[in-house]
Amino acid sequence: MSESLKRTFAVFVEDKPGVLNRVASLFRRRSFNIDSLNVGTTHEPGVSRMTIVCEADEDKAKRIEANLYKMVNVLWVDDITHKQSISRVLALIKVNCNHEQRDEVLKICEVFRARAIDMSPDRMTIEITGPQDKVEGLVSVLKPFGILELVQTGTVAMTRGVEKHELAHPTVPASRNSAA
Amino acid sequence: MTPANPKLKNRIGESLSGSQIIWEALVREGVEVCFGYPGGAIMPAYDAMTEYPIHHVLTRHEQGASHMADGYARASGQVGVCIATSGPGATNLVTGIATAMLDSIPMVCITGQVPSHLIGSDAFQETDITGCTIPVTKHNYLVTEPEQIAPTIREAFYIARSGRPGPVVVDITKDAQQKSCVFEWSDEEIELPGYRPDYAPLADQLDDAVDLIKNAKRPILFSGYGVIKAQATESLTRFVETTNIPVACTLLGLGGFPATHERNLGMMGMHGETWVNQAIQDADLIIAVGMRFDDRVTGNLKTYAQNAKKIHIELDPAEINKNVRVDVPIVGDAREVLEALTPLVGRCDRPEWLAYIDESKGGSAVRDIKNLPDLGKLYAAHVIHDLYRFTEGKALVVTDVGQHQMWEAQYYKHDYPRKLLTSGGLGTMGFALPAAIGAKFAEPNESVWVVCGDGGFQMTAAELSTCAQEGVKVNIAIINNGFLGMVRQWQQFFYGGRYVATPLLSPDFVKLAEAHGLTGVRVEKRSEVEAAVRQAEATEGTVVIDFRVEQEDAVYPMVPAGADLDKMIQRPGKPGEPEHNPIFETGEDS
Repeated sequence: MSESLKRTFAVFVEDKPGVLNRVASLFRRRSFNIDSLNVGTTHEPGVSRMTIVCEADEDKAKRIEANLYKMVNVLWVDDITHKQSISRVLALIKVNCNHEQRDEVLKICEVFRARAIDMSPDRMTIEITGPQDKVEGLVSVLKPFGILELVQTGTVAMTRGVEKHELAHPTVPASRNSAA
Repeated sequence: MTPANPKLKNRIGESLSGSQIIWEALVREGVEVCFGYPGGAIMPAYDAMTEYPIHHVLTRHEQGASHMADGYARASGQVGVCIATSGPGATNLVTGIATAMLDSIPMVCITGQVPSHLIGSDAFQETDITGCTIPVTKHNYLVTEPEQIAPTIREAFYIARSGRPGPVVVDITKDAQQKSCVFEWSDEEIELPGYRPDYAPLADQLDDAVDLIKNAKRPILFSGYGVIKAQATESLTRFVETTNIPVACTLLGLGGFPATHERNLGMMGMHGETWVNQAIQDADLIIAVGMRFDDRVTGNLKTYAQNAKKIHIELDPAEINKNVRVDVPIVGDAREVLEALTPLVGRCDRPEWLAYIDESKGGSAVRDIKNLPDLGKLYAAHVIHDLYRFTEGKALVVTDVGQHQMWEAQYYKHDYPRKLLTSGGLGTMGFALPAAIGAKFAEPNESVWVVCGDGGFQMTAAELSTCAQEGVKVNIAIINNGFLGMVRQWQQFFYGGRYVATPLLSPDFVKLAEAHGLTGVRVEKRSEVEAAVRQAEATEGTVVIDFRVEQEDAVYPMVPAGADLDKMIQRPGKPGEPEHNPIFETGEDS
């Protein structure tokens, strides 16, 4: 039994009504716990791409993949957990910040390569894009100022390099080849 | 694909209503009978039905319609079709849909939906049936335009029957049924970009399996419903006769390999035979064909077949390593895989292993109730055993869920596939009678027997009226013990004998049959069983036999839920022995 860790799946689905509902229903029904789910269009017409992050060991990951493949609207599933990949979340953070604190907050933003995108006399809204841990780092540093609001997207992820997803020639679930 | 139904006019290219297109599509998919119940949102479709060569069976409840479609599919191997209106009509189908889903039964359910402009408004009889059925269907559709009807129904049939079969819901709005469009129909092969129903076995997996089989000293093969689905009975028999591997069946696998074949050990699992479960625990190789290691089959997974390597031949990749970790998965059609394996493995002999199993078989068979003398009492096992003898093992038996279901599985020896229909995965009480009606429509020449309990029968007893209206002939053997027997048995074993909500008052079933214009017979002694069975076989029209059996008999042997497979509760050997073995504390409430 391999250890349980956060897994990232890139899931290509047909852009049809109800697909998100089907995928979410599958995860709920099989007790696969979703950490985050992001969905959006791709450059290919009719194809949406989901990035699903969930905690699973190797066996469970294969079952998740196989179960996703069973769905008629799912085109391609890629478990990119162990692949060279880039993953990003975007967060907007509104903090208490009076004019005396502004410089300090802006400096923090600089360190995290975050940007101030809105300001009022006693508050500032910051935008940050990066891996989840970087966002969490910024949040922890801003906490003493008093966070008023925080919103963030789910993870979006992509493998590095030129790996191309051959939607026209769907692959098969890894569990087909998986012996214990 | 499209059968040239001579009764169907070619109306391709004509302007037809959505309602007409529904039936055009169904007829072109080979549908001859469908089971349903009309209502507001499906009325346009019903109105168009009479133009088409499809027989519609009016049920007494939509659940009955879904089980009938299911029974039709199980008996014939074809897609069963049921039809219902929106809202309660559709939700009443859900139990039957879930039943079909868990047992991989191909079924298409057509439901009416409120007009598309009312969707989402909590309109009269509106439910989101596509939303409701996502978890219990293989796929489903909401159709709001007449143009989508024909291609959607075609896709629905393709998905329902291909790969690992399952139910598909097509929800069609009332306005889509009423509007017209040019009818088009394509016979080309369907290609869905995200759907891969058929995997061919991989060569290296076959090679690995051959190595394991050749080197196994104590192998055992599991025959599941996948064998029946793949029509693999002959291939399996050849494989078994070549390799001399004993066979154990799952509940749904019964009949997939002849029960009277010398290599057939019988059923495995919770109420499987002692020697079968023992052989599984002693085996050094399991070849699981078309089965999914259900918890009722494995018992405690931690102690399950610990010494056995496992080969899993299965159509659905998502079943691999789901419950039991396997050494060699082979994803593919059971028949194809077995046919590929047989010549590669070649002849094997294993006299010691077979002799060992035979010995343990002899040891536990003495406890068989079948061998008890006739003490004037009527035991359910006797009823089933006699039913088997007097129908010469040839009946198509449809069982409900509970004690009688297990007794049937133990005592009615099925030598042919599709002769036992039962709700295995979902365990749906009330399944038997409507499923038997569906089966009778699929196989009108078969002698169809319902074996059910007094509890399950009453869940769908209203379908007796359907039997009467349709002139359908099924024989119904009610194993009437005045209890919800299986629950009572668990209460006896695991809940200190507190019979909470299990004593069951039933109507007079003989009079109930007669009230429907049908024949009712009561049997209270074993000596009366034969005459009743023969009378039922000879009577025109449906016959209900009320078998008044021993009230507090239990199904033995039994593996308590979650217990080790080889720790079975045995039937007490002779009068005076303790009522049952005290190993009940391992039972879980599941």
